[in-house]
Amino acid sequence: MFEDHLKVVKVIKEAGEIVGRKKLQKMVYIAKKLDFPFQEKYQFHFYGPYSEELTLRIEELCNLGLIEETKEKVSGYSQYRYSLNAEGENFLEQYGKDIPKLKECVRSMNEQSSRFLELVSTILFFFHLSVDEVKTKIHTLKPKQKYTDEEIQQGYAYIEKLKEIKQ
Amino acid sequence: MTRTLGKLHEEKVFKDPVHRYIHVRDELIWRLIGTREFQRLRRIRQLGTTYLTFHGAEHSRFSHSLGVYEITRRIMNIFQERSDWNPDERMLVLCAALLHDVGHGPFSHSFEKVFQVDHEDFTRDILLGETEVNQVLRLEGEDFPEKVADVIAKTYPNKLVVSLISSQIDADRMDYLLRDAYFTGVSYGNFDIERILRVMRPTDDGVVFKSSGMHAVEDYIMSRYQMYWQVYFHPVTRGAEVILRKILHRAKELYMNGYQFEKDLSHFESIFRGKMPLDDYIRLDEGVMQYYFQIWLDEKDEILQDLCTRFLNRKLFKYTEMVPMADAYQLKELFKEAGIDPEYYLVQDSSSDLPYDFYRPGEQEERLPIQLVKPNGDIAELSRESDVVEAISGKRRTDHKLYYPLDLIEKIENVPLKNKIKEMLHRK
Repeated sequence: MFEDHLKVVKVIKEAGEIVGRKKLQKMVYIAKKLDFPFQEKYQFHFYGPYSEELTLRIEELCNLGLIEETKEKVSGYSQYRYSLNAEGENFLEQYGKDIPKLKECVRSMNEQSSRFLELVSTILFFFHLSVDEVKTKIHTLKPKQKYTDEEIQQGYAYIEKLKEIKQ
Repeated sequence: MTRTLGKLHEEKVFKDPVHRYIHVRDELIWRLIGTREFQRLRRIRQLGTTYLTFHGAEHSRFSHSLGVYEITRRIMNIFQERSDWNPDERMLVLCAALLHDVGHGPFSHSFEKVFQVDHEDFTRDILLGETEVNQVLRLEGEDFPEKVADVIAKTYPNKLVVSLISSQIDADRMDYLLRDAYFTGVSYGNFDIERILRVMRPTDDGVVFKSSGMHAVEDYIMSRYQMYWQVYFHPVTRGAEVILRKILHRAKELYMNGYQFEKDLSHFESIFRGKMPLDDYIRLDEGVMQYYFQIWLDEKDEILQDLCTRFLNRKLFKYTEMVPMADAYQLKELFKEAGIDPEYYLVQDSSSDLPYDFYRPGEQEERLPIQLVKPNGDIAELSRESDVVEAISGKRRTDHKLYYPLDLIEKIENVPLKNKIKEMLHRK
């Protein structure tokens, strides 16, 4: 009944703590694109792929008392922190299933900045295009982020690294 | 760009209950409407299972798509005099407006959930694949189908163009609110669209609204708020969706387990196997789905037969507010003990909506705010000017329900077990 909720709880558990809604969104998207069994539907928004379903799922998990959401003010804007509470730990222990290699990928992604994960998820969104076409898309759709070609190369390299971790 | 199609000799009009008339003067639009893929939208209801709650809600995605096109056409007429608008984008916006829902399938909300497909992928496939729509679009230029796909996917560089089709106040939403209110018969979806269109102004970053039209915009936001909770998230409609999802889920599971269906299953076989070619998808419409629900009434599998009976005869599940997580799992076990498969008969469903949101740097909600332009040229975000909108801004409302078949529970012979289940379902 709560299989999809459990997977999100597992991501937060493996990460320990995730700082920022954008980061959580991108981590789940990247995991989904790596063929981990996430079902949330994503659309392209201003910060790249975004899932309204995941936002709802997280809210449900907060309402059900399984995860903690802490809001804090950081240089003029609100930032959210997500972590598991005892109830969530218990829920996961009782009903959770192992997702091989998820832990390693989630931990690696959690060490990256949300700016970089935004870039990686955007590359994955346009992965069917050639590298040059992806670069053009990134420069046109995200001019304010000013991603350099070097960063885009790092993004591609990181995707390969995650694929290796998953194997 | 190789523009080969021009204007029709005579304007074509469609009579429409919402906009009175839908005007077509461009031959490209006329030809798109005539394609196989667009005509298929006549056989897909705009509101899925809502007709089981509001019996008037039988209108199709075809009429909605024409409505979005018509609103966009009127906006183009207003924008054509403005220096901030590039008239070369006109045909692109009109095509995107007309085709934005062309990839929707039958009962797509449930269909996409069960089979893990996305109508937006099918939209892209229809625009770019070997289809009649693609053939017509290419008459406007080889890269034109790709541009239309980018506008619909919100990846087109011109934000103004994208915002006309997808933003917090766009042609899509304006049409569906008015149309859905009209066909469901509710009174709260209405707002003064003529006024809103008259105060729209183009800018590089999207549309802004003259502040003198603020009350019409407020009315639109409140209509939207009401429609979501009174119509779109109606618990009975959600209950019908739950049964629909479970029918598709059961049929797929039976197929995957080698169950021998009484009748041919050709429309569903590819999707049951996990990959549906575009041609199969286009052949599948609500008429076809309903046909299968009818023939599955004669299947030997009791669950499939029961779920189809419930859907066709509107014998829906009852619902309660969501129970605590631990109780939900205990209920699952009790259902099993009673011989009722919880996989199909105990279903959690949630709805959530954010009626309006303003931009907060660094946050993820990612909604472009509605901007008002004052007489002196200053720009102000809507919720800073409107107390009504401010009251609901950024406030997400969520509703969790648990659905179950009361009739089956009443038939449980073990009375203590039956009472225990009923007591847990109604514990608050």
